[in-house]
Amino acid sequence: MSRAALLVLADGRFPAGGHAHSGGAEAAVKAGRISGAASLADFCRGRLQTAGSVAAALAAAAALGIDPVALDRAADARTPSPALRVAARKLGRQLMRAARATWPSAELDALAREFPKGAHQPVVLGLAARAAGLGPVDAAYCAAYESVSGPATATVRLLSLDPFDATGVLARLAPETDRVVDRAVEAARRVVDEGVDALPAGSAPLLEIGAEIHAGWPVRLFAS
Amino acid sequence: MHLDHDHTHDGPGAVSADALRPDGGRRALRIGLGGPVGSGKTATVAALCRALRDELSLAVVTNDIYTREDAEFLLREAVLPPERITAVETGACPHTAIRDDISANLEAVEDLEDAVGPLDLVLVESGGDNLTATFSKGLVDAQIFVIDVAGGDDIPRKGGPGVTTADLLVVNKTDLAPYVGSDLARMAADAKAQRAELPVVFQSLRSEPGVADVAAWVRAQLAAWAAGA
Ligand SMILES: Nc1nc2c(ncn2[C@@H]2O[C@H](COP(=O)(O)OP(=O)(O)OP(=O)(O)O)[C@@H](O)[C@H]2O)c(=O)[nH]1
Ligand SMILES: [Mg+2]
Repeated sequence: MSRAALLVLADGRFPAGGHAHSGGAEAAVKAGRISGAASLADFCRGRLQTAGSVAAALAAAAALGIDPVALDRAADARTPSPALRVAARKLGRQLMRAARATWPSAELDALAREFPKGAHQPVVLGLAARAAGLGPVDAAYCAAYESVSGPATATVRLLSLDPFDATGVLARLAPETDRVVDRAVEAARRVVDEGVDALPAGSAPLLEIGAEIHAGWPVRLFAS
Repeated sequence: MHLDHDHTHDGPGAVSADALRPDGGRRALRIGLGGPVGSGKTATVAALCRALRDELSLAVVTNDIYTREDAEFLLREAVLPPERITAVETGACPHTAIRDDISANLEAVEDLEDAVGPLDLVLVESGGDNLTATFSKGLVDAQIFVIDVAGGDDIPRKGGPGVTTADLLVVNKTDLAPYVGSDLARMAADAKAQRAELPVVFQSLRSEPGVADVAAWVRAQLAAWAAGA
């Protein structure tokens, strides 16, 4: 296993389509829920503890080799908003393409055959980590960090927020991210014996509602 | 264009630049159109569709920055049936979507080929951007950079990757040159100095022959592609 592969997979420039998505930040900015560094931190903390922790557990479970079809169904059940399901599958499909080209693997090929239009992104992320020789902890870190780095980068563009402030928000969330990852990996290990119901199901209603509203806008900078 | 046999072809969308589709057929030629905001990219795409649609199976991907206006314009003008036009959302960064992270565009191209059957040609219009924006070779086989005479006749002299390296440079809106004081001879000489043997077309879509030169260039690219070049 190469630990450096984690840097490749976690790099914000890994070409898997994430740059076009704000992780709900565009809707939250418009609604006035993000207006500066402090409210960005609140938003990111909320996303990390809900969608982020679910994504981290899904990714860790996929990296452990749990059936991706069952995980994808579990992800659907934990994503009430149709717009967010579409976004998650779109990002999953784009990650699948990038991962297959980067770390060719029979498991990723099989996933692509099973889900030609894309599986939920965290599930693909877990299998991509596996293909890269990484483990469940690495996969969970990627998912958890992505759940906050996406909105932070988007807010820099949306509000012209000072990029140092946005990066400071991410740095201060690091200890909390560690704890989210610990719990996510624990849950993923339980899935081996107990099935996908052992996955966390945290949900942020405003993220779901915001995504539905955002999808209806005629003019927007980000796809979600 | 190379064929990379190391990659697996089972399942959809294995690799971007492969000349073969997953089913083994030769995929469509992909031509990118980039250039500054308002230079005439969408107008050129529309004119190309009208010129080529009777002889070729073609489709268009637009990359609007924050609206779907380009796709909607093409739909309104009915240059192609709606199922042959797709819009990609680029997240405030049009050059990222055509160069650094091409996944959404590749997906759009792939979906068009899936939906409307084998295509000969896919035109990919970039969102209006700056002079450094170029298309990745993983996304397109050839690229056209569209500037116009009203953006200043010093743009060819300034150069930049678009002007210097695009497979075809189009200087559009020549009909406006007298009104904006642009010196076409100077633009042509500067372009020649920047591009050596690479072709340049001066066109006005407001008068005959319109897009004819660009359409002829596209046909030549298609012939080379079909011959496996
Ligand atoms: N006079 C003149 N106007 C033109 C010509 N070609 C395009 N236009 C006009 O220029 C304007 C911008 O053209 P578009 O084709 O939308 O430009 P674009 O490069 O696609 O613009 P963005 O996608 O917004 O970057 C429109 O009003 C066109 O009608 C031309 O040859 N002559
Ligand atoms: Mg346009």
